Amino acid sequence: MFFQQIINGLTLGSVYALIALGYTMVYGILELINFAHGEIYMLGAYLGIIILGFFTALGLTAYNMPIALVLTFILTVFFCASYGFTMEKLAYKPLRQAPKLSPLISAIGVSIFLQNYVMITQGATDKVFPSVAGNEGFTFADIHITYIQVAIITVSGLIMLLLHAFISRTRTGKAMRAVAQDKNMAALVGINTDNIISITFIIGSGLAAVAGMMVSVYYGLVNYSIGYSAGIKAFTAAVLGGIGNIPGAMFGGILLGLIESLGAAYISSEYKDAYAFVILILILLVKPTGLFGKESEEKI
Amino acid sequence: MNGFFIKRMPKAVIISLWSALLFLPFKGLQAAGLLFLFLFLALLVITVASRLSGPLFRTAEVIRKNAAGLIPGDSRYLLLLILPALTLPLFFRNYILDVAVLAGIYIILALALNVVVGFTGLLNLGFVAYYAIGAYSFALLNTRLGLGFWSALPLSVIITTAAGLVFAAPALRLKGDYLALVTLGFGEIVRITLNNWDSFTKGPNGISGIDPPSFFGITLAALSSFYYLVLFFVVLAVIVIRRVHASKIGRAWIALREDEIAASAMGIRSIRYKLYAVSFGAFWAGLAGCLFAAKMRFISPESFTFMESVLILSMVILGGLGSIAGVIIGAVILVALPEALRDIQMYRMLALGAGVVLLMIFRPQGLFGGSSASRS
Amino acid sequence: MLLEVRAVSKHFGGIRALEEVTFSVKQGMILSIIGPNGAGKTTLFNCLTGFMKPTRGSIIFSGSNISRLPADRINRLGISRTFQNIRLFKSMSVLENVLVAQHARIRSGLLPIIAHMPSFLNEEASVRQTAYEYLAFIGLESFAEQGAGNLPYGAQRRLEIARALASEPQLILLDEPSAGMNPLETDEMMTTIRKMQELGKTIILIEHDMKFVMGISDRIVVLDHGVKIAEGPPHEVRNNPLVIEAYLGKETH
Repeated sequence: MFFQQIINGLTLGSVYALIALGYTMVYGILELINFAHGEIYMLGAYLGIIILGFFTALGLTAYNMPIALVLTFILTVFFCASYGFTMEKLAYKPLRQAPKLSPLISAIGVSIFLQNYVMITQGATDKVFPSVAGNEGFTFADIHITYIQVAIITVSGLIMLLLHAFISRTRTGKAMRAVAQDKNMAALVGINTDNIISITFIIGSGLAAVAGMMVSVYYGLVNYSIGYSAGIKAFTAAVLGGIGNIPGAMFGGILLGLIESLGAAYISSEYKDAYAFVILILILLVKPTGLFGKESEEKI
Repeated sequence: MNGFFIKRMPKAVIISLWSALLFLPFKGLQAAGLLFLFLFLALLVITVASRLSGPLFRTAEVIRKNAAGLIPGDSRYLLLLILPALTLPLFFRNYILDVAVLAGIYIILALALNVVVGFTGLLNLGFVAYYAIGAYSFALLNTRLGLGFWSALPLSVIITTAAGLVFAAPALRLKGDYLALVTLGFGEIVRITLNNWDSFTKGPNGISGIDPPSFFGITLAALSSFYYLVLFFVVLAVIVIRRVHASKIGRAWIALREDEIAASAMGIRSIRYKLYAVSFGAFWAGLAGCLFAAKMRFISPESFTFMESVLILSMVILGGLGSIAGVIIGAVILVALPEALRDIQMYRMLALGAGVVLLMIFRPQGLFGGSSASRS
Repeated sequence: MLLEVRAVSKHFGGIRALEEVTFSVKQGMILSIIGPNGAGKTTLFNCLTGFMKPTRGSIIFSGSNISRLPADRINRLGISRTFQNIRLFKSMSVLENVLVAQHARIRSGLLPIIAHMPSFLNEEASVRQTAYEYLAFIGLESFAEQGAGNLPYGAQRRLEIARALASEPQLILLDEPSAGMNPLETDEMMTTIRKMQELGKTIILIEHDMKFVMGISDRIVVLDHGVKIAEGPPHEVRNNPLVIEAYLGKETH
């Protein structure tokens, strides 16, 4: 039972971690809580269903399932990244110089818009994801691990490794870190901060798309409202690890996933959705810089 | 004119194509094509119109400014609002009165949130929690202990104010968006608790059978009498909030919003005045909750979701953060508009979301929040 | 002694912004703090006004140790300040800015405010009267109803001083009062500061304009890299070899 919950928690946690990365990267660069980030994840879940359904209608899934899945994956990431890119250009870029709370309120507007956009175009009822691997998997010593769980944990792990390499090795990754440290300084040394911000949104949205797709495969059901709670949970994960801190977001996501599934099993499953909020509040009140964050004194 | 078109054309094509592409997976090729055509034509019309109608916009702006000037800065505007409001039940039937009662409750809520967000600059994303606590306290005091309207109301308001203090006290050290997130968390925890604490709140089934208010033994069951009751509280809220705003307390709130460091350098106890603002806001939100419970005679957690918090916040920013008259108009618009446009109810929240974004970009001070210097 | 700064140090991580700084200020005196950029002058002001807590050392104001007190408390005890980068309440009117500073003088509670009781109305009228007097003192009374953010730069600096005065402090700290002003405005600022001294205020100021400093100060404290390197009346400090060394080649203006 305990180890079963650990596996479930790890699965859930790696999804939270993927979404949390988007929050933390954007916050690191813009100091903006991108409230609409959870909706990109929701779009990812829907797009996965829609595109896979399209390939099924074309007969591609019947012909070759892996190719259909890979194509679905690529297209979903492409569309979500485009939505993220557009969102930044439309709703946040005009507000760069505005008071700090304006972009946050704008982000809430985007979030409501996207939720209702999907509700109107796709209907308010749950959508079913065509079963890909069902509940198949392997069992040892009472613990059942499905292939989907294995896939989610491995894919998330791989993506996070890739992201880490991208940020620490590549030129663009280094420019991202420079912009996060000091926008003006980065601009002075010739970095195009607008491009870097766009790239950050594109990467973050791509990660959320992967998370969305994997969750719809895992649960088999999606709804237009899943973005809000997943978004809050992932944000909590980002805060837990110290917002702006990329390894922190990964760690925070997995920790939150474990807390949720163990809490649901051993404390109360009715209040499962409240755990993230309680943790969010506690961490912000006690150590707002997160588990790994550094203290800083305000400039006067 | 030709050069002008050639310069704008590619941009219009790109924007329309891009939007159509984003829309494609959700509604298919045909709808995406229609969207492309529609957007392209709309963009052309807008470019031409904005080129031709610059003077028109300027006139509109002048009219808007004059309209704002027509709302007198002193208490005379209260009379302007009250006189037509008093005669409303003489002319209109139940449906309009029903909407008016709802508008009144939302005006109180929006005015309350305006104290916290507009005056003091503390973004609260879980304001609905206070509304919910007020409504549930009232409902429970009434249905479990049999307290009447006039004894349950003050008790519920006191409970809500106290809850506001307890929630806010530890959180107020936080700044800006972190505080906003914590308030959102509180709001959600309150809703989840109401939903799951079946033995006390009857969970998702809600509480029914709440008594309507009575006045010296006469039950105010008629809609028009309830309307006057709400109107009384709206006027009371406006007067009290205006007076507090124009006192040293209001000045301290605004100073904290403008520059907390300078405010504390001038001797203002920042935590204490933020607590005043939150509990003052909670007081009125609790009152609105009682009115809501007494009006509906049934409440359930569904009425107190995050979307409700966003709706109240939208009323405040639509009218203009910090402007009392503006906030009243904002609340009336957001209650009345969806009622007037019943047929497109489905698009209500879609429009609200887009509207909030547009407002932040083009008119962050709201429709009626004129120049920022406050009048005193 | 009105103010005694005793061996105050402020460290940020490894950086020593202030190291064992000691000096004292007599009632009614004008004391200037000078030093090259990054010498720790504003950090010292922040420690004196409660915006930063000294790492070590104590600050004694009118006989009590204020080094651990919060900023608002220190203001109410009688120290007020202006800021190097002007921090007015921009959306409020000029008059309201001054009224905010008189906050602590107003006693009326919530009930008199809501009921508009005579006690509240009288008090409000008298506070407004005083606020106008401070504006007149600084020469801004004709701007009273304007938005503070719309004032010209020099007037904003003066409004900050009026606001600081309105909290009725014994000691006023001015952070670069003549920064960005033309020679005429600078002269007026010197006159204003002397008038404040005549009102019985004690003044500490940070200033880069040496003519200004030498012309107005009773005493000067020189900081360099967080350490006090000299203290004394202007003519003494001017000829101090350590001071000359700190400035020459480092400071270009």
